[in-house]
Amino acid sequence: MIIKHMNVLNLIRIAFKALLRNKLRAFLTMLGIIIGVAAVIAMVAIGQGSKESIQSQLSSMGSNMITILPSSNVAGGARLGGTSVNTLTIDDVKAIRKQAENVSAVSPAANSSGQSINGALNWPTTIYGVSPSYLDIRQWALKDGIPFSEEDVRASAKVCLLGQTVVTNLFPSGDNPIGKIIRFNNIPFQVIGVLEAKGQSSFGQDQDDAIIAPYTTVQKRILASIYFRTIYASAVNESASDAATDEITSILRKQHRLRAADEDDFQVRTMAELIATLSSTSNLLTILLTAIAGISLVIGGIGIMNIMYVSVTERTREIGLRMSIGARGIDILMQFLIEAIMISITGGIIGVVLGITSAKVITIFLSWPTLVSESSIVLSFLVCAATGVFFGYYPAQKASRLDPIEALRYE
Amino acid sequence: MGTEIVRALKGVTFDVFAGEFITIMGSSGSGKTTLLNILGCLDKPTEGTYLLDGVNIGQLSRNELAQLRNRKIGFVFQSYNLLPRTSALENVELPLLYNMEISHEDRRKKAIHSLEAVKLAERMDHTPNQLSGGQQQRVAIARALVNEPVMILADEATGNLDTRTSYEIMALMQELNREQGKTIVFVTHEPDIAAFSSRTVMLRDGKVVKDTKNENVRSAKEALASLPVSDDY
Repeated sequence: MIIKHMNVLNLIRIAFKALLRNKLRAFLTMLGIIIGVAAVIAMVAIGQGSKESIQSQLSSMGSNMITILPSSNVAGGARLGGTSVNTLTIDDVKAIRKQAENVSAVSPAANSSGQSINGALNWPTTIYGVSPSYLDIRQWALKDGIPFSEEDVRASAKVCLLGQTVVTNLFPSGDNPIGKIIRFNNIPFQVIGVLEAKGQSSFGQDQDDAIIAPYTTVQKRILASIYFRTIYASAVNESASDAATDEITSILRKQHRLRAADEDDFQVRTMAELIATLSSTSNLLTILLTAIAGISLVIGGIGIMNIMYVSVTERTREIGLRMSIGARGIDILMQFLIEAIMISITGGIIGVVLGITSAKVITIFLSWPTLVSESSIVLSFLVCAATGVFFGYYPAQKASRLDPIEALRYE
Repeated sequence: MGTEIVRALKGVTFDVFAGEFITIMGSSGSGKTTLLNILGCLDKPTEGTYLLDGVNIGQLSRNELAQLRNRKIGFVFQSYNLLPRTSALENVELPLLYNMEISHEDRRKKAIHSLEAVKLAERMDHTPNQLSGGQQQRVAIARALVNEPVMILADEATGNLDTRTSYEIMALMQELNREQGKTIVFVTHEPDIAAFSSRTVMLRDGKVVKDTKNENVRSAKEALASLPVSDDY
């Protein structure tokens, strides 16, 4: 009913003209909002950027990867450490491969440290006995040569793939290692492939310092053991990680004939857990930065309120005049509210542009990864529009309640 | 801040007829301002009735009063009350911005027309600080005319002006009254200003003490002509 009699367009025009009469003041008021919004967007961009870079680093390790380790066990009252316990066997691997629907690939791993030798050169490294699907699970490509096959596994063939660090140390002159015979703990292996460089893991471990061979070969010829240190599996996709973990747990409990009351004698870890841990750190960073930036947005809002109050007092006669020529309380209220919202929204738009620009500048000059998210733009924009309404309302209401007679006579 | 009730007006009864040019006179404290506020629909009488163009003010809400002021009354103040840093044209347009029945083009047309009536059309882009006091008051009169009110209410409209400029304003008022039939209620305490009107209501202590027809209306134009030639040097 009230709205029906009000020409909002006219009020916007009135508010706009009133702001134009005081351009410098409007701009200075806006500055608080501009800095606030720009800070929120830039800070969130820094936080999101670092989170994104951690995640992409982890994904390159295989984000679907699930690691199964033997767990501590109680033997005669004494608890034994995880790696000293042998519970994982090839039957477990086969059971998982056959039964787990959310698992796309599975590979055992039996590893042993030792000395690798090529002629006069030698290098201490680790040999990993795995199945052919290991490379898929780790998302590790071959740079040269061919992978070993299931046939090689069955035959316990003495073939191997070399990591880049091993290649550099055993073939420093740049010879092609493919087809050469190296020895590991005095057992000869034929090199059939060279792996791509994978670099350091997130924990600073050199992932390229490795030799990869069929698990049967490593188990029989080096370890003389039927147990595995680790089983690697790959979930069908990242979101299936949890379901795959549950499946693997129940399959292994059955395999190991554990009763309901027994503890698991293995542990299942997913990369998702690791990602979550690291993400929570960068999330905390984002929250902290955003909170600081948010405070400056609130201060900007208080600036608007302050200026609007001053403005109402200063323009008391103007308000009285407007009322005497027919402005109703609601018209005055809307005028001042629209002025406040115009300041905050214009400030918001400039702030968004400035925030995006400074995120880009930070990336270019400091080479920090930044990621401007749409949600931070939308959110800070909404917050600053709300700021305009919230902090503009009380001064506007004060203006609308003035008595025209007294306002006209105000000195 | 006292809560004491002051009875500014004690039983004032008179009619203003369409086309009249009436001055309300009285010394300060006589109830002039209160009467003006009631006439201007800025205030409501605590007792008694005020009919404006047939409408009883006493029963209207704040918003209805505002609308009535917008459609039926044109105010002219002693201190002009123009918006600073705003062109004369935009100042004159102001009342029409609160009337949504008037389109953008009409608003401009009416404002220009009003400025022509006060002979300031060629100054419509000037802001108040680029205009003299008399010119500013003429812009204010144009603003009072723009909504075609039933009554123009002037509150000491010549109070801030020198004699010559006052007479110019009065000449304009007389012209609006005679040629366009505008009803004018002019509050003043200067007897020579009252001489230009057709009727004078004298207030004292909240009561009408005199209500006389002015048989011998003085022409502001002639008064202006009889003033000594400007002694500016």
